[in-house]
Amino acid sequence: MTVKKLTPEELLGLDKFAVDEEEPHIVLDKTICAKCVDKPCLVVCPAVLYTLKDGEMNFDYAGCLECGTCRVVCKDKGIIKWTYPRGTFGVAYRNG
Amino acid sequence: MSDEEKFDAIIIGAGPAGAACAYVLAKEGKSVILVERGATAGEKNLTGGRLYTYAMELVEPGLYKQAPMQRKVVREQIMMMSANSAITADYVNYDFNTDMPQSFTVLRAPFDEWFAGKAEEQGAMLACGILVEDLIEKDGKIVGVRAGDDEIYANVVIAADGINSFIAQKAGLRDDITAHSVGVGAKEIIELPSSVIQDRFNLNGDEGAARVIIGGTEGVLGGGFLYTNQESISLGVVLNPADIARSGKKIHDILQELKMHPAIYPLIKDGTTVEYGAHLVPELGFSGMPKKLYRDGLVVVGDAAGMCMNTGTILRGIDLAIVSGVAAARAIIANEGASDIGVAYMQELEKLQLLPTMRLYGKYHELLSNPRMISTYPNMMNEIMKMMFSVDGTLPKRIDKAIFGIVKKHVTFGQILADGWKGFKATT
Repeated sequence: MTVKKLTPEELLGLDKFAVDEEEPHIVLDKTICAKCVDKPCLVVCPAVLYTLKDGEMNFDYAGCLECGTCRVVCKDKGIIKWTYPRGTFGVAYRNG
Repeated sequence: MSDEEKFDAIIIGAGPAGAACAYVLAKEGKSVILVERGATAGEKNLTGGRLYTYAMELVEPGLYKQAPMQRKVVREQIMMMSANSAITADYVNYDFNTDMPQSFTVLRAPFDEWFAGKAEEQGAMLACGILVEDLIEKDGKIVGVRAGDDEIYANVVIAADGINSFIAQKAGLRDDITAHSVGVGAKEIIELPSSVIQDRFNLNGDEGAARVIIGGTEGVLGGGFLYTNQESISLGVVLNPADIARSGKKIHDILQELKMHPAIYPLIKDGTTVEYGAHLVPELGFSGMPKKLYRDGLVVVGDAAGMCMNTGTILRGIDLAIVSGVAAARAIIANEGASDIGVAYMQELEKLQLLPTMRLYGKYHELLSNPRMISTYPNMMNEIMKMMFSVDGTLPKRIDKAIFGIVKKHVTFGQILADGWKGFKATT
């Protein structure tokens, strides 16, 4: 193996996740996001989970590293819910 | 629930602050429940990182010897990076590894799991896989916690739930964190054989190197770090979220560029990235701490209390978390009445020199949030070095004129004076 630039998908593929299929721990109000001019979440999420699809904000909570950065930069409060995943769910670092 | 079923203390979060608090309390015979949202302690936690050993000694002398530490740090390095070059100051001192090594590099998943296990051995109840959602309040006093349909009661609740501390927020002790008060860290664990790490970093056996990187963040406020573990390298960046948004550059891209930097790549080449993590870090030091760290029935410890400091050469967080956990435990042991615990906790934080140290470094973050510190000066220093080592057969400029020319290209003398004054004011 040699060191090379890795994509966010490749990086997240290395991590262990127990995805809570029943209850997303982060929820957006996309109508608020649509009106947000800066959309800083698109840039700051270390896992790049916020994307624009046909102009609409798209978020995949499955690869979330639970850092909280999106919440602290969210200006228009389109993130209407940000909690930690329910117990045992979410990312599980083996090194940390 | 009757009084018999009430715990002396509920600790939310089995990180170093929570585990230290649980250990000391349980050892003293207190009934303690340590509640952790991860399936195991440590699996949600991330560090750069290193741990200063003195803090473990407060928990129990010699306990650190059993801990799954990585390497004993004897090499302290500062790297000033420009696009294609870097200056590295490598300070080695074997006094850092005497009878008790000053610090160890650590990985949090194994370390935290071990530490919580030690608290359990002392008699604390470790309850993993449980997310505490709310506090239970009665007559203005915190009397317990709620997790799903379960309610747990105690004489005192310790919020050791990390930087996002929703518990401290629910207790009304602080507002949600802001983009300017934190850094976001992203890190890769890159595996390499132990012997390769020792050769590349000039280390004997289980000795280690710790490196802060100035520059190398593509002009975004923040910095980089590199720590040698037993069989891996922790390489990462910590950046200001507001400045990332301003720059439009993604943190994972900045980390990928750092990996490929000509001065970093040879250190990690042939390695295998096995994990990628991200976490927030308190960045404002003392001024970022909540004004009050307690209320009747609750105290806040560790990252949840903003206990983190960065002097430019020293990054501390885990040790402060442990010290605050010990301080909370001592306050609880010395006071039967919950209402006296908060004040006693603050006194312990003073006595253990945590608050005085945080006050001393209180303004350092102002220095480090100067954009010139993270790109202008590193670039200037690199250019000066290049001039000093370049030979091409032409007549060189006189050295004073050459340096003057380079400095003038990067900064005005007004800026140098202003930065010097700011530096003087922040450090005195």
